[in-house]
Amino acid sequence: MPPTDRTPVSTGKGRRDMIRFIAIRLLRSLLTIALVVTFAFVVLRLSGDPAMLIMSVDAPPEAIAAFRRSWGLDEPLWTQYLKYFGAILHGDLGRSMRDGRDAIVLVAERIPATLALTIPALLIKLGIGIPAGVHAALHRDSWSDRLVMLAAVAGFTVPSFVLGLLLVLIFAVQLGWLPSGGQESWRHAILPVITLGVGGAAVLARFTRSATLEVLGQLYIRTASAKGLSWGRVVRSHALPNAAIPTVTIVGFMVGSLIAGAVVVESVFSWPGVGRLLVVAVANRDLAVVQCILLLVAATMVTANLIVDLLYGFLDPRLRSARSAGAG
Amino acid sequence: MPITGVDKTASTPLIALSNLGVSFDGVVALRGIDLAVMPGESLGLVGESGCGKSITWLAALGLLPARATVTGSVRLDGEELPRTKAALERVRGGRIAMIFQDPASALNPVLRLGRQVSEALTLHRGMTGSAARAEAKRLFDQVGLPDAARRLDAYPHELSGGQNQRVMIAMALAGQPDLLIADEPTTALDVTIQAQILELLQSLRRETGMALVLISHDLGVIAETCDRIAVMYAGRIVEEASADAFFAEPRHPYAVGLMAALPPLTGPRRPLTAIPGGVPEPWAMPPGCAFAPRCPRATPDCGIAVPPLTALAKDHAAACIRVTAPVWA
Amino acid sequence: MHPRYGTGLGMSLLTVTNVGRRYAMRRGLLARAVTVHAVDGVSLSLERGETLGLVGESGCGKSTTGRLVLGLEAPDGGAVHFDGAPMPAVGDAAWRKLRARMQMVFQDPLGALDRRLPIGVQVAEPLEIHNLLNPSDRPARVIELLGAVGLRPDQAERYPHELSGGQRQRAVLARALATNPDLLVCDEPISALDVSIQAQAMNLLMELQARLGMAILFISHDLRAVRQVSHRIAVMYLGRIVEMGEPDAVLHDPAHPYARALAAAIPHPGLRGQTRPVLQGDPPNPADRPSGCAFHPRCPIAEAICRTSVPALLPRQDGRQVACHAAHRSDAGVHRERAA
Repeated sequence: MPPTDRTPVSTGKGRRDMIRFIAIRLLRSLLTIALVVTFAFVVLRLSGDPAMLIMSVDAPPEAIAAFRRSWGLDEPLWTQYLKYFGAILHGDLGRSMRDGRDAIVLVAERIPATLALTIPALLIKLGIGIPAGVHAALHRDSWSDRLVMLAAVAGFTVPSFVLGLLLVLIFAVQLGWLPSGGQESWRHAILPVITLGVGGAAVLARFTRSATLEVLGQLYIRTASAKGLSWGRVVRSHALPNAAIPTVTIVGFMVGSLIAGAVVVESVFSWPGVGRLLVVAVANRDLAVVQCILLLVAATMVTANLIVDLLYGFLDPRLRSARSAGAG
Repeated sequence: MPITGVDKTASTPLIALSNLGVSFDGVVALRGIDLAVMPGESLGLVGESGCGKSITWLAALGLLPARATVTGSVRLDGEELPRTKAALERVRGGRIAMIFQDPASALNPVLRLGRQVSEALTLHRGMTGSAARAEAKRLFDQVGLPDAARRLDAYPHELSGGQNQRVMIAMALAGQPDLLIADEPTTALDVTIQAQILELLQSLRRETGMALVLISHDLGVIAETCDRIAVMYAGRIVEEASADAFFAEPRHPYAVGLMAALPPLTGPRRPLTAIPGGVPEPWAMPPGCAFAPRCPRATPDCGIAVPPLTALAKDHAAACIRVTAPVWA
Repeated sequence: MHPRYGTGLGMSLLTVTNVGRRYAMRRGLLARAVTVHAVDGVSLSLERGETLGLVGESGCGKSTTGRLVLGLEAPDGGAVHFDGAPMPAVGDAAWRKLRARMQMVFQDPLGALDRRLPIGVQVAEPLEIHNLLNPSDRPARVIELLGAVGLRPDQAERYPHELSGGQRQRAVLARALATNPDLLVCDEPISALDVSIQAQAMNLLMELQARLGMAILFISHDLRAVRQVSHRIAVMYLGRIVEMGEPDAVLHDPAHPYARALAAAIPHPGLRGQTRPVLQGDPPNPADRPSGCAFHPRCPIAEAICRTSVPALLPRQDGRQVACHAAHRSDAGVHRERAA
């Protein structure tokens, strides 16, 4: 039953509903984070004894018992959980079992290194993926479309560790142009950034292409042409704003993985970022550090999602009034 | 001899299509259309889905996708319209505007209505800013949109189907066209709203003197609105006549069949005289007259050659050998 | 005995009494729910062999009425009686059994058919669901049904996409008829078809009714089609029936101003050159129903009382039912004059 006469809503009511919308979304986001934290807690506690790993297997039983006592590992699981959760609520994310430093400090130290890879990689993804996708859509079935799609398929079917090793083989081992690992200079970042960027650019190119193609098939595109607009203006003013709406989702996902998206690549290139810290911490059952990273990852992902939702409302007036209009 | 205008001596046609053909990847959709529209007249183009009535005008304006091959010629005011981007873009929305069936999806969902109308004003009349906005508001008033000023800032989803079609019409009027092509403009609308839109089109035509091509599958809609009728079947025009002559006596068996298939509003209710079978697929076109396999009057001769559109009277032509052949047989 | 009046006991096949259906409509995640009265106090009856045409514009509740009649939705108020018994609760055994006796045909035949199954299998489906006939007798019944709707036996092997739109609608009809239903609800059954095919479909429906004697609720926005196939028609506006009677009476001498506007809006070659009153304004939003008579904001003859009081659907002298204060008064006036 299509409702008929809907009138635009007043801005006052719209703003109030917007605040309500954000509040509910924030609440839901916190719930998501809490679930992630709980899940990580359970899985980690059930997957091995940190005392054994950190103290080594042949340590005296008293020493292990003392270690357990000092970290509260001898208490029942649910007591540990409540204590842990209570501490998080007070802003205490625990200490590393390896060196006793605050987990949050350990993780925070690594963030700049990770961002040094992921932000340039994100720029590559956006800068190559979106224009390539739009170009392919506009020149559908041309040789350039086929080339872009071939590259895109190759780009996201090759796993990043394979691509990383390949690049190392070519540019570090064979040609010797670039270093194969480490973090000493900006030249060390080139290969990992490319490795990270290529896969994302491929995904984005394919996605942008299909979003653009779908929009180009819409009737309002024909209307815009029938109006006498040049094809360039039809694309710019009518097609791209609509194609942007679905594309925002996937870009949001990429932004959300700025912190956690480089685990494999950091390992391949021995880049001392959050990802590598995570790998080491998991191997050591360094509970506080792992949980701190997962919390951070969940928080960035959830925040990115929230921003995507708000952007949706900004880009698509249909959603905006769906949120703000009663039943119109 | 095919006839194309009502009265060709009066003036040159506003637009004349000759031997217009369209094929998609080798499949022929339009098989040589000769059609002219005189300044200020209203022509109804009727036929079932797939007969090519919409494609005819999309082809004339170069609005078909790139895989369509268009042949034949389009003359505007007697001069050949070159099939170049620049020439077609100048004509589109300027001399010739077009509105479509489903107004809700024919408008851009993310742009305000005022902006979508202003765009055409900027393009064809050089208006910008507040001048464009004022003119857009005037157009909204002209097409009978209530609360015009506020509608300028609304989005398509905030309006009903009928109101969106009024916006489409306002947008079409923005370029002060000499010809409005309305492609099934009321098919997606409710019956009472359909009546409103048809009335609006009529009154705008009286006010502006523009010509109208109304494309519809509904003979009733065409009958109310048009001076002249062209019936299409399987990519060809099979009958062309003044509306008076046509509705007094349709001649082509397909046109006769269409009229008979329409449920009457008065009189006893009898089974309708339905046209048997269905429209042939474009890749399986029967030889000769495409309607012959469904035609109650078909003879073996009908399958030999495509019957040309032949004059029956001053303002009436049909493409059927059973109707136009001399009666000595 | 005329099939139309063949009920024997004088009991209608279908009696709908004062049913209503409300929906809580929520647009978006956050917007507060608004109650929409999709159907509001609708009463109607249908005899065996009779066709009732239900006309109205989008959002008038005609499709919801169809689902209420079939028991696919439970009414919020009022009652539906089928063959003398109250409609069982949705989903229970008695309700499932009743499915075999009432069938539905929708507008979009392609959407109503499963594109992965051949037509014959789909026509046989109701027989399997309701466990009718021996499995060995079913193929013959499918062929018979296909023949009844004008499809060839070999088309049983075809898939929906291999048939034309008209043929698909025939297949849908064959499937609906498989269980020999007493009631067929057709919701815009011809709207998606080409003009020349519409006539075939209407003829077929009437021919099948004459042969099989089922009752039909024919829901359509097209008054021309409704006149063609119906014995009676009911005009709906915003969830209520505003006029009900013989098709030609309603069409040529409508008593309700909305029915008048609807009839006047029919485009027809026969009406060429005539000017007609055009109803102004848009149909109002069902979620924001005007007070009193819902039609009053668009009504050319509305008076003060129309804004405050909902007119009841009352029978006139000639048996026609109308829900309009003005029509009631003029009819009463005629009545008084005659009495005097």
